[in-house]
Amino acid sequence: MSRSTEEIINEKLGERFEPQHLAVDNESGSHNVPPGSETHFRVVLVSDRFDGQRLLARHQAVNEVLAEELAGGVHALALHTYTPGEWRDRFGDAPMSPPCLGGKARESSG
Amino acid sequence: MSDDASQAAEEEVIATIRSQIEDNPILLYMKGSPAAPQCGFSAQTVQCLIACGERFAYVDILSNPEIRSTLPGYANWPTFPQLYVNGELIGGCDIVTEMFESGELEPLIKGASASG
Repeated sequence: MSRSTEEIINEKLGERFEPQHLAVDNESGSHNVPPGSETHFRVVLVSDRFDGQRLLARHQAVNEVLAEELAGGVHALALHTYTPGEWRDRFGDAPMSPPCLGGKARESSG
Repeated sequence: MSDDASQAAEEEVIATIRSQIEDNPILLYMKGSPAAPQCGFSAQTVQCLIACGERFAYVDILSNPEIRSTLPGYANWPTFPQLYVNGELIGGCDIVTEMFESGELEPLIKGASASG
């Protein structure tokens, strides 16, 4: 059986960033896509690799690791990247994704 | 379209993108318009920008499919929205929101607006 995109994302980020904390949520169900889709993900990633790195550089590093997935079916990737220190300061809390506004349906009809 | 023709077309789109980024000190590539965003991530980014109290330019990528397909490769940034300030990519929704909440966004936007 082929692996899900969620599993692949987990594995690739785990290998590359050796995270202290990693959560990959498939949020596709809250978007305007067919049931069972793997198009919208939210990732919370805590790694000491991010020490001294600006947010842009952190996101670029993640985008690079997941380039294949982003070029394929993954359409949205909400990223919350922290160092272990920042994660402690936030008491282990990352922002939620905003609600979908149905862009896909209007887009295809427009 | 032949390879030459499609390459020329892509170069033209890149030239358009370049001049948009150069000509507008605060520029948001988004889905829909600030008044009617078509995606939650675009909507949240617009809210952060509006809260900074300065005018900003935007490009609706849903009505500009050639920009939508070309910009991610040009910018090495795979998703939308994308915020540019003074010609530089700042990031997408998550980065803009985090900068807004930490208080970094407003001085950046105000500074760009004053210089533009």
